[in-house]
Amino acid sequence: MDLRDLYQDIILDHGQHPRNFRKQEQPSHFANGHNPLCGDRVTVYVTLDGDRIRDVSFQGRGCAISQASASLMTEILKGKTLAEAEALFAGFRAKVTGGEAPPTPAPLEDDMERLEPLTGVKSYPARVKCATLAWHAFEAALRGGATVKTE
Amino acid sequence: MTHLSPLRTPAAAAFDPRVVKRDFPIFARHPGLVFLDSGASAQKPAVVIDGVAEFYRSDYANIHRGVYRLSARSTELYEAARERARRFLNARDAAEIVFVRGATEAINLVANSWGATFLAPGDEVVITELEHHANIVPWQLLRDRVGFTLKVAPVDATGGLDLAAFEALLGPRTKLVAVTHLANATGALLPVEAIVRLAHAKGAKVLIDGCQAAPRMPVDVRALGCDFYTFSGHKTYGPTGIGVLYARKAILDAMPPWQGGGDMILNVTFEQTTFQDPPARFEAGTPDISGAIGLAVALDYIDGLGREAILAHEAALTAYGVDRLSRLPGVHIVGAGQQRYAILSLNVDGIHPHDLATILDQHHIAVRAGHHCAQPLVDKLGLGATTRASFGVYNDESDIDALADAIVAAQKMFKR
Repeated sequence: MDLRDLYQDIILDHGQHPRNFRKQEQPSHFANGHNPLCGDRVTVYVTLDGDRIRDVSFQGRGCAISQASASLMTEILKGKTLAEAEALFAGFRAKVTGGEAPPTPAPLEDDMERLEPLTGVKSYPARVKCATLAWHAFEAALRGGATVKTE
Repeated sequence: MTHLSPLRTPAAAAFDPRVVKRDFPIFARHPGLVFLDSGASAQKPAVVIDGVAEFYRSDYANIHRGVYRLSARSTELYEAARERARRFLNARDAAEIVFVRGATEAINLVANSWGATFLAPGDEVVITELEHHANIVPWQLLRDRVGFTLKVAPVDATGGLDLAAFEALLGPRTKLVAVTHLANATGALLPVEAIVRLAHAKGAKVLIDGCQAAPRMPVDVRALGCDFYTFSGHKTYGPTGIGVLYARKAILDAMPPWQGGGDMILNVTFEQTTFQDPPARFEAGTPDISGAIGLAVALDYIDGLGREAILAHEAALTAYGVDRLSRLPGVHIVGAGQQRYAILSLNVDGIHPHDLATILDQHHIAVRAGHHCAQPLVDKLGLGATTRASFGVYNDESDIDALADAIVAAQKMFKR
C-alpha cells in the first residue's frame, strides 16, 4: 500500500489543523484517552442535549492519525443522536480493523464516506489504535468518564 | 622530539561492519533492511542461533538433577556459561553471577530480596531521571511496601546527569543508588565511576543497569567497584529470556531467596527448608538452560570482535549520525550530555514520531518511536515521544544515510 493512501491530504490537514480543538468548561461528559505504546493522549468533551450531541470537542497531542481522527470525529458527531454515534463508531471500527461492517443506515452514509480516508490504517496494524483512540474516549465519556487506554 | 609509535593501532581500522553483517542471517532474509533498533533488542549472529540449536540436538537434559551423563553434560555447559559471564564482567567468582530472565528480573530480584531485607522506613534510594522503567517501577513498588524515600537525580540542560545535584541528594540515609550505565532513551553515558565513589563514601550500595553498555563497551565490575550490575542477553546479541545479575559475594550471601522451588534448596521438610548458597539460591526451578548457553556464545562473539573495537566503531558511527542528521533542517537530536554512544533520539518538526516511524518502515528502516520505556524523562524534556535510532555492530554509515534520506522524504510528504 502506498503511504500516500495513509497520509492523504485530508488526514494531514486535520492532523495539522485540528477542528474543534478546544476544552469545554462545563461539558456534560468527558474522558481521557491514552495510548501508552506511543504516548498519544486525547481528552474528549461532550455536551448532550437529551440524546443529541449538542457539542463535542477535544484536546490532545499525538500522531497525525490520532489527531486527524479526533478532529474528523468531532465534525461528524456534532448534532447526531447517541444511536447514530454508536452506529458510526461500529461502522468505523469495523472498517479500520478489517472486520465485518454492519450496514450503515442511509442517513449516515455521507458521514461514513468522510471517515473513509482513515481506513488506510488497516494496512498498518500498529496504527489502528491511533485511529480509534478518540472514539474510545468518546464512548468512555458517555459511560461516565474515565481514562481509556488503547495499546 | 623523538618519534613515538602509537601505543596501539585504532581498533576501528580492523573492524568492518559490512563483514560483520554477514554473520547475521536476518540481513540475508531481508536484504533491504536498515535495522536501527538494536537498543530495543539486537539481531542474532548465526553462531548464537546455531549454538542454541546444537545444544538441543546434542547435549540437552535438565541440569543439577540427573545422575546420567547427558544431564551432567548439560550442567557442565550451563555452569561454563556462568563462568563465561563472570569473565565478561571480570567478576571475581562465578558464584557472583545469577542467571535471570533479563535485567528487569535482575532489578526486581535485588529489590525483593536485598531491598526488602535491608531497606527500612526513613532510608533513601537514589535513582536518576535517565532510568528505564525497569529501574524505576521495582523501587516504587518496594517503596510502597517498605516506606523508604525514592529520590531522583535530575539531568542538566544538556541532557547529561547533573552530578552536583546527584551528589547533593546523597546523605547518611542513602542506602542504595540505582543508575543506568548508558541511558536507553538518549544514549547518554553516565559517570558511573564517580557515582560509585560518591555513593560508597556515604555507605550506600550501587546497582548499575548495564543493558545498553554491555553490548558495546568493556565492563569491569571490580574496577567499577559496584555492588550490583545487570544486563540482558537479548541486547548483547544473545537469546531472549536470559540475563545476568552480578552481585558481590558478601552481598549475595546475605540475601534471602526471593522465589522458592526446586534447585534452590538443600533440604525440604513441611516444617522447614534450608536453602542453597548463591547463586543457586536465586535460581528456583529449571532455568533457561539453552538461553544461558546461547548467551555464552554471544559473549564469545562480542569479545571475538573486541569490545574496544565495537565501542570505537559505534562511537564513530554516532558522531557521523549526529553530524549528518543535525544538518537536516527541522531535525533535532535530543541532548545526551557530554558523551553519547550508539543511540540518537530525534524529533522532526511537524511530524510526530509515530508517523515518522511508519514512513521510515516503508523505507525498510526499523526504528523505535515512543517514550522508550523512559516516560518520565521524555515527559520532562516536553516531548511526549521521540524517534530513536540505535546502532549495533552490523550498522554502517549507509544506514544513517538511508535514515537521513527517508526523513527528508517524510518532510516532503508532510509539507505537500
